[in-house]
This record gives sequence, C-alpha cells and structure tokens, in this order.
Amino acid sequence: MLRHAVTRLVQGLLVLTAASFAIYILLGLMPGDPVDLIASGNPNFTPDDLRNLRELHGLDRPLVDRYLDWAASALSGDLGYSRTFSRPVLATIPPFLANTAALMLVSFVLALVFGIALGLAAAANRGGAIDTAINAFAFVSAATPTFWLALLMIVLFAVTLGWLPASALPPPGEDGIWDKIRHLILPVTTLALVEAGEYARHMRAAAIDALAQDWVRTARAKGASETRVVLGHVLRNALVPVATVAALGFGGLFSGALVTETIFAYPGMGKLIYDSIMASDFNLALACLLMASALVIAANFAADMVYAALDPRIGFGRARDDDT
Amino acid sequence: MRVAALAFALLALAFPAKAKDELTVGLSQFPATFHPMIDSMAAKSYVLGMARRPITTYDKDWKLVCLMCVELPTVENGGARRVSLPDGKEGMEVTFRIKPDANWGDGKPVVADDAILTWEIGKHPRSGVTSGEGYRRILKIETPDPKTLVFTSDRVTFSYNDFSQYDFIPAHLERARFEQDPETYRRRTGYDTDTANPGLYNGPYRITNVQPGASITLEPNPHWAGRKPHFKRIFVRVIENSAALEANLLSGSIDYVAGELGFTLDQALALEKRQAARFDFNYVPSLLYEHIDFNLDHPILKDVRVRRAMVHALDREALTRQLFEGKQRVAHSFMGPRDPMSAADLPVLGFDLARAQALLAEAGFDRVVNGIRQNAAGERLSFEFGTTAGNRLRETVQQALQSQWRRAGIDVRIRNEPPRVFFGDGTSKRRFQMAMYAWFSSPEAVPRTTLHSEMIPSEANGWQGQNYPGVREPEIDAAIDALERELDPAKRKPIWARIQTLYAQNAWVLPLYFRADPFVIPKWLTGIEPTGHQYYSTLGVENWRPRP
Repeated sequence: MLRHAVTRLVQGLLVLTAASFAIYILLGLMPGDPVDLIASGNPNFTPDDLRNLRELHGLDRPLVDRYLDWAASALSGDLGYSRTFSRPVLATIPPFLANTAALMLVSFVLALVFGIALGLAAAANRGGAIDTAINAFAFVSAATPTFWLALLMIVLFAVTLGWLPASALPPPGEDGIWDKIRHLILPVTTLALVEAGEYARHMRAAAIDALAQDWVRTARAKGASETRVVLGHVLRNALVPVATVAALGFGGLFSGALVTETIFAYPGMGKLIYDSIMASDFNLALACLLMASALVIAANFAADMVYAALDPRIGFGRARDDDT
Repeated sequence: MRVAALAFALLALAFPAKAKDELTVGLSQFPATFHPMIDSMAAKSYVLGMARRPITTYDKDWKLVCLMCVELPTVENGGARRVSLPDGKEGMEVTFRIKPDANWGDGKPVVADDAILTWEIGKHPRSGVTSGEGYRRILKIETPDPKTLVFTSDRVTFSYNDFSQYDFIPAHLERARFEQDPETYRRRTGYDTDTANPGLYNGPYRITNVQPGASITLEPNPHWAGRKPHFKRIFVRVIENSAALEANLLSGSIDYVAGELGFTLDQALALEKRQAARFDFNYVPSLLYEHIDFNLDHPILKDVRVRRAMVHALDREALTRQLFEGKQRVAHSFMGPRDPMSAADLPVLGFDLARAQALLAEAGFDRVVNGIRQNAAGERLSFEFGTTAGNRLRETVQQALQSQWRRAGIDVRIRNEPPRVFFGDGTSKRRFQMAMYAWFSSPEAVPRTTLHSEMIPSEANGWQGQNYPGVREPEIDAAIDALERELDPAKRKPIWARIQTLYAQNAWVLPLYFRADPFVIPKWLTGIEPTGHQYYSTLGVENWRPRP
C-alpha cells in the first residue's frame, strides 16, 4: 500500500507540472493583457505609459520564456508576485484558502453526516413514509441550483426576517467566534443542503444493497438487533461506495463554493480564481488553479486510501497480482 | 420550525445594531494597491479620497480648487507665468504654497520634499506608475522653503495649475524604499507592506486595517487640521455581486453603498420603487460617455452619409426614456453637459427616419431586399456590432438599437466578447466594425489620444494610441494642438465648440448617453456630495454625518 501511495503521489506531481504548463499557456493565449484592461476605459494613458508597463510586467516577452522563468522560481519556492494584490502569491492565497477550507469542511462534514443518516433511515424504512420523504428531499436537493438556494436563504433569513447577515464574513469590528459562526450559517447551510441529498441517495442505495446480503441475514439470525445490524454491519459496508462519491464530491464542493462565495460575498478561493483570471493576474491565477487541481488529485488519492481502509479485501499492487 | 425561529431570534438579539458613530460603506471593487501612483483603479481613488489629499481637485461644481495648497496659482494672481526654456521653447512656472498645517498621520509635516519624491517616482520609467506623462512634463521643481513648490513644466498649457492627480508621497517613510531599487519599489512600497502606518496618510482618515479582497477599516487621523470627521470608524466592505450588495444594504449589514462604485442604474431605479421611504435617490450625470465607434476604414462606414443615416435612424431619447426613465442624458458630443466647455448649440443629428433613408439612398443603398438595403453591386447594408459580453444593460441597449436600425433597412449583427477580448484584441487593434463601450474622462479633458491622427493604433506603431475609429482630420489635429496652448478660457471656448461641431457633423463616433451614477443614500446620512467626475465624493468625507 505504501508503494502504491508513493506511486500515486509521484503521478500527482507529474499531473500538476503538466497542468501548470497548460494553464499558463492557455491564460497567456487569451486575447488582451492587464495593460489593455488598464487602458480600456481611460483615454488619458499615453503610448509611453503603456509601453513602460508592458516592459515592466514582462508582457513583451515570449510566453514560453515567461513560463520557464516562473517554473524556475516556483522550484525555489517563489510562486511569483500578484499584480492585483500587490503582494507575493504565497502571501496572498492563505487567508482565502483558510476561508474556503472553513466553508467547505464544515459544509462537507454536515452534508456527509446528514446525508448518511438520511440514507440509512430511508433504507431501513424502505417503501415507507420516511423513505418517500427522504427520497423527495434527495430529489429536490439534487435538482436545486446552488445560486438559487443561496438567494432564497438571503431573501428569507437576511432581508425579510433579518435574523442572519446576508454576507458570510463579519465586518472588521466584529471578530468574535460567534460573529463568524453567525455569518457562516447561511452559506454553510446552502452548501450542505445541496450536497446532502446526493449522499443520502447513494447511501440509501448502498445500504439497501448491503441489507440484502447473506451476512446481514446471518447477523439477524444470530439475534442482533436491527439497530446493531444497520449501524454495526450495514453502515461500514455501505460506506465503501459512498466514500468514493464523497471524495469526488469534495472536489465538486469547490465549484459549489465558488457560486456560494460569490453570492455571499465571501473572500475565498473561488472568488480569488475568478478575479485573478478576469484581471489577467497570471501568477495568482496559475497558483489558484494548481491548488484546485491539487485538491482534486488529493481527493481521489484520499478516496483510494479510504476505500482500502474500509474494505481490506481491496488491495493494491500485489493484491491485484494475486487476483490475476 | 418554532424552535428554529426562536433560535434565530435569540441569535439576532445577541447582536444589537451598531451605534451611528461607525459607518459601513459597500463597494463593488477591492483596490489592487494602496499606493496612490501605482494602478488607477476607481476603488483605490474612492478609498484614498478619505485618507489622502492631492494638491488640487475639481469640486462638485467642477471648479478647480486647492486641497493641500493655500491658494490656486493663476497667471492673473501671479502664481503662474510663461518662461523661456533652455531649448528655446516656452514653458510655465507655477508656484504652490503647501498648507502650513498639513500633516501626515504620524505628526510629521507635509513638505516640499514629499512632492519631490512623488516627481522622482512618477517620472521613473520602471517604477510601475500607471500614468507618468504628467510627471514627465515637469522639468524641475524648486523649493525656496519647505512649504513652497515651484514647478517648471515643458510646455504652455491651460491645465497648468491642475495638480489634482499629483499626490504627496511621505519622503520620511518612502524615500529610502524607492532609492534602494526603483524597479522593485512597487513591490516594497509601504502602502502595501505596512498599510496601517499612519505616516502614509494626510487626509481626515487613515487606513488602520485591511483584509485583502474583503474590507478596509479607516479611523480618524489625529493630526488632520481640517474639519473634524464625525465617524470614529469607517468600514469599507467589498461585495462585487450587485444582488448581494443590495441584500446587505437592505438587511442593515451595510449602511451606504458607494454612489460611484455600487449599484447599476437599473438596479437603483428598481430599488427606488420599493425603498423610497428608507433612502434618498440621486442620479448624478457622470463623465462616463457611452458611445459606438465606427471603424472609418470599413468600405461602407467610411461614407459620412451612411454614418449620419445610422445616427438619424436611432431614437435615442425614447431609448433612454424607456430603459433609464430619462435619468441619463442623450449625448451629442464626447463632452459632458456639465463641463464648462460643453458647446450649447451643437448640430444635433436627431431621430429622423425619412432623412436616414434619404441619406442611405444617396449613398447608393437604394434597394430593399428582404427588409435590408442593398447597393447596385448587391452589397448588403450589414455590419457587425460588438460590445462587452456579460454587461446586461449594455446588451439590452444593443438589442434596442439593432431593432431600430432594422426599421431603416440596416442589418446589424451582434458579436460580443468578454471585456479582455473585446478591448485586448478588438478595439485596441481596430478589429471591429462597430464597437460600443465607454470612455471615462475628466473636466475639460483634451481628446488628443482619442481624436488626434497621430494616435491611430496600427501594426507600424505597435498598436499605440486610442483613436480606435481612425479619425484623420487635419482641422481636429490643429485644433487640439492649439487648444492645449491657449490659456484664456474665453478663447478656448470657440476652439472646443469647433471640435465638438466637427465631431457631431462627421459622425465618426455615434454618441449614446452620459451615464448617471445612482447615489442611494440612507435618510439618516448627510453630507455626501456627488461630484460626477473622477475626483470622488470621499474627498469631502469629513462632512459626512448622521442627520441631527
């Protein structure tokens, strides 16, 4: 397993390197540059000003040369300088990453716990009223666009009722933990509700599958209570496919967070990626997109590991040799 | 549900409303840097208006006034004069006396050396200053005493005493940083590495905290000698999504949305219908001039009759009435109606469908096939019409115009692109037939870069210049050259009128309207005075107070 883990890590690094080149070139090939944007609305810039700025930012040099310079700096730990934030990229990203991590992790855990509980409850009551209600929730949840739910939350709880703030970040004067929690309630609920239905659906299917297995019948025959059967036997086995869905869903949560961050004016990675691309801030956009790629690679890696941990029959390398 | 409602209510009670000695302002952009000379973002100008003061500014009546100077120097009061330069040309010498009680936030006085450092940074080609032209025009600065500045400029120009974009940089904090390496100064400036340092600010407020991308906190500058500002803290919160901005205003998380960088006009108009009891609505004509450039090298558009017909075919009055409830004025020239040099009796190409059709027939497009005009060679009167994709208001206008032109037999095909493509590859390289966008200008701004024939971008000149239509008019070139040298406003007025007349008659550009900044001000807040130009209302932030 260790060998496999190392192999997957090396593969991941190679994919990231290729992604960095592809992203840099694609960003660079987009028409226009930051200087064009600066000049676009203002007729007072002289040709000298524009030429000076282009030279200063290296925009007059070939794209591949610029990438190679960037790659050499990146290998020494310097990801460059963000033009739009006037600070090094490595100093720019952490607060945004921390904000997104808080939003995503809390939403993810809530969605997972809530979804698994609902899925198990639906499977245990298959065909009954509870199952029907949970299925309906899962259907509506999967069909609900994140932006629509977010706007609904704002209109209802912030504007109409005035109970919670409409934005997800407390103003600088309110730095307490309760302020932060209060501001996070709406975006976290939005993201968690949208994801929970998906997990509930998968958990229900996996649990129904597990409930039909011989070993469940055996456990029941041995006199195990229904609660013990479901929590002690079915849950563990049903988690295997759900773990894969959850790991991939964690990557997907990132795109949901992008929409949520925009609507709740939350300064996170999603908003940072969008802004950096729109402003042609190459270094920042590249670092952010690489971070997003790394997140997806890490999520897949985690899914593999969790998969193996949950079901020891699933192995790597040598086990596959045995199978053949 | 009841339990949830109770829990939410308790949470709400736990966080009572803020007292009115703090103000939270909503803004739709975050400044890229806080250095006043690097980058030219509107968001930065808005925020720095509270914390810094340039030498002069235009006030709400578009009159040039002193901010950091004792008296505005003029030729008439002896503060400015023509001088002969060593190369035989004529220049100007202008003397400013810095206010004796002008101080930085750390108590150090604002002195002439600060202005000299500004000049050194501004004229350095590698310092990263966005627009260095104004600094390069200054040949020397003499300082008879620490509070007096004598500028010698390389030319005679009527804007000799306009130093509204001339900031002071505190030499006692920034000189060493700049001199260490001018080329990397933009990455090491105190404005971005030590933003909360009080010595960087000389206005009524100083920046005390910055959360990148999210918020900026300002507190009063204890060494400010002007009117004492009321608010103990001003929070600027950045929310780019306009719907979220509105939700935050309505829920009370934000007290006031910046008039200059907040709501779009249609959003404000909709809000006014619902919230007139809570807010005052003020629509201020601004310098943003929305227009359509015709590419004058296009074989059909180079014919003035076709261009004039295209203007006559549009009912722009009806358009602004229907879309903007008449809050935005139709433009007949590039110069704003509030500008003192705006010509009153311009030839107006108003809506006249019959005239449009006659002109098109005269230009050879006298046959109509399937509703579209054609000439004898079978060429259809058809053009591509582009603007910035994603700008909902602009795209609505575009569709209305397309429909109006259709009635005159003119086929217009919409071809929009994202802003960076539209400006980066379209307008600046003149790859368009008709392009709709806006210029942001300043009072009495000379249209050299947009109308002078030397400023037509081409491959030969490295695509430099902003004369995107390709105006080649010797009379305009001569007028622009003469205009800049004429110091007497009374003599400039006819030159301005001639330029505007030529602009209207030749229809190189189709003027649409001057945008209006919607100011949505809570009824409890007073003192906000919209200016309508690029020197924002925050330059009067010390007058902002709660209604007594």
